[in-house]
Amino acid sequence: MTAIPRTGGLAGLARGRRKRLAPYLLLGPGIAWLIVFFLVPMYYLGTTSLQTGSLEIGYTFNWAWSNYSDAITNYHEQFVRSIEYAGLATIIALLVSYPLAYWIAFRSGRWKNLFLLLVIAPFFVTYLIRTLAWQTILADSGVVVSVLRSLHVLSSDGRLLATSAAVIAGITYNFLPFMVLPLYVSLEQVDERLLDAAHDLYASRVTSFLRVTLPLSLPGVFAGTLLTFIPACGDFINAQLLGTPGQYMIGNVIQSKFLQITDYPQAAAMSFILMAAILIAVTIYTRLLGTERLMG
Amino acid sequence: MSATAEPLATSATPARTKRARRPGRGPLAWLRRHALSIYATLALIYLFLPIAVVIAFSFNEPKGRFNYTWEGFTLQNWLHPFDVPGIQDAITTSLEIAVIASLAATTMGALIALAIARYQFRGRGLINTLIFLPMTTPEIVMGSSLLTLFLNQGVNTGFGTIVIAHIAFNISYVVVTVKARLAGFDRHLEEAAMDLGANEWVTFRKVTLPLIAPGVISAGLLAFALSIDDFVITYFNSGSTVTFPLFVWGSARVATPPQINVIGSMIFILAVGGMLVNVAVQYQRAKRASATA
Repeated sequence: MTAIPRTGGLAGLARGRRKRLAPYLLLGPGIAWLIVFFLVPMYYLGTTSLQTGSLEIGYTFNWAWSNYSDAITNYHEQFVRSIEYAGLATIIALLVSYPLAYWIAFRSGRWKNLFLLLVIAPFFVTYLIRTLAWQTILADSGVVVSVLRSLHVLSSDGRLLATSAAVIAGITYNFLPFMVLPLYVSLEQVDERLLDAAHDLYASRVTSFLRVTLPLSLPGVFAGTLLTFIPACGDFINAQLLGTPGQYMIGNVIQSKFLQITDYPQAAAMSFILMAAILIAVTIYTRLLGTERLMG
Repeated sequence: MSATAEPLATSATPARTKRARRPGRGPLAWLRRHALSIYATLALIYLFLPIAVVIAFSFNEPKGRFNYTWEGFTLQNWLHPFDVPGIQDAITTSLEIAVIASLAATTMGALIALAIARYQFRGRGLINTLIFLPMTTPEIVMGSSLLTLFLNQGVNTGFGTIVIAHIAFNISYVVVTVKARLAGFDRHLEEAAMDLGANEWVTFRKVTLPLIAPGVISAGLLAFALSIDDFVITYFNSGSTVTFPLFVWGSARVATPPQINVIGSMIFILAVGGMLVNVAVQYQRAKRASATA
């Protein structure tokens, strides 16, 4: 009853009611879609994870918590590896992206947009084709391996493909834009007058970076690391194409349980554990950075 | 306090000249001065290395079934890009799905963004969370949860379920993109139109729509790009339907025809060409604006 019609009479009243209803009408279709095809599926993922059975005899719901304990005992190695690979890839992506984003934001002058475009451009080549290209680059018969072998960095039968390094490198590459873009946005907003002020107060370049630029870019670091880490945890393409079963991550297990073995309950339980693990990791990380303050 | 006058005076001098370093001599000093630019160049090379390989190998003439080693230059792949069984169907399917999904997601997402930007309503926090969640859910969780929905409801997966899934993951991205554009939206413009006698529909068409159009268009393009490139969620809900990424995945195991690289290069050239034109237009417009000012 807060909306007071501006013009009196019945027409005004109708307009007031329509105004109150308007946002819900606009929200309606999209929110309904998200509820039916995002929230409801989560419910089914939950119930499926507590079922037992097989494709032949059918699945029955019987609070089978054993799916969860089995998943952890049988596949804790893949869970740990996923977090480990995703974490390492996120750190490397940050180390590659920060100077690049900094350079574009502060040094590229009027070509800013062009360089930003150059950073995003490679990702218009389909994900899988990009990863296949890395397969070619890192292949045993490729240039990189033969150079590294002749420099004795790799032994004469040393490989790059089918190693953890290859998988981590692939993940780093494929999720790089998720890191560069938020970093660039936060660095671009840094007021250059603050840097001038720091200089006037006799701060060295390093000090003014550490005390002014870096703290101001932390929201970008936060957003970038999360946007890289979360999808990286669930990835299975890089491990599949650049690694061996020895490098498989939890995504590979979930994928094959769902689509090849059709052990839906176990696979659903693993999806849920993955989501919970990410949620816990992100919460700890948020607490450590104290980002409620940063984001506000 | 005569000392206070001095820093004030120095800060008035242009900061640029002050911040310039004493030019050092020798290769080490040069390296130090250009370290950041060198690093950025190396990073850009790293970004483009695989793309160079994709384009180079689109001209390869592989002897075996796999396109991994360089055998010789040919133009045949570019002259016959669809000369691989199944590839044309896969591309058509991908395009159809991307068009339907991006149109639907853009419409629904833009309406949500509009509601958030111009109305106060209950449950705003809840709505924001619901929009934020899909973007922070790993693709594999989203794909597998949708599959459990379809399995439990006895829905056969295929073209329709892929479209449903693509709309679902695109809505959030559309909302975020359009919302960013609406941040400075002035509601008074709409009220002015209404006061001048325009009804709600005319106001929407003549005032609101032109204001949000650029945001809606870029959101639509983003949705299209995300849809055409999606693999994981599609893989879970595709049934026997084959999109282009699924076609590439299937061939990665048995044979990789160089035509895959040709199509990949084409998409890349189209997308980057379009964006370059956009940057050039913006640049020209900025130049003209500064010339008239």
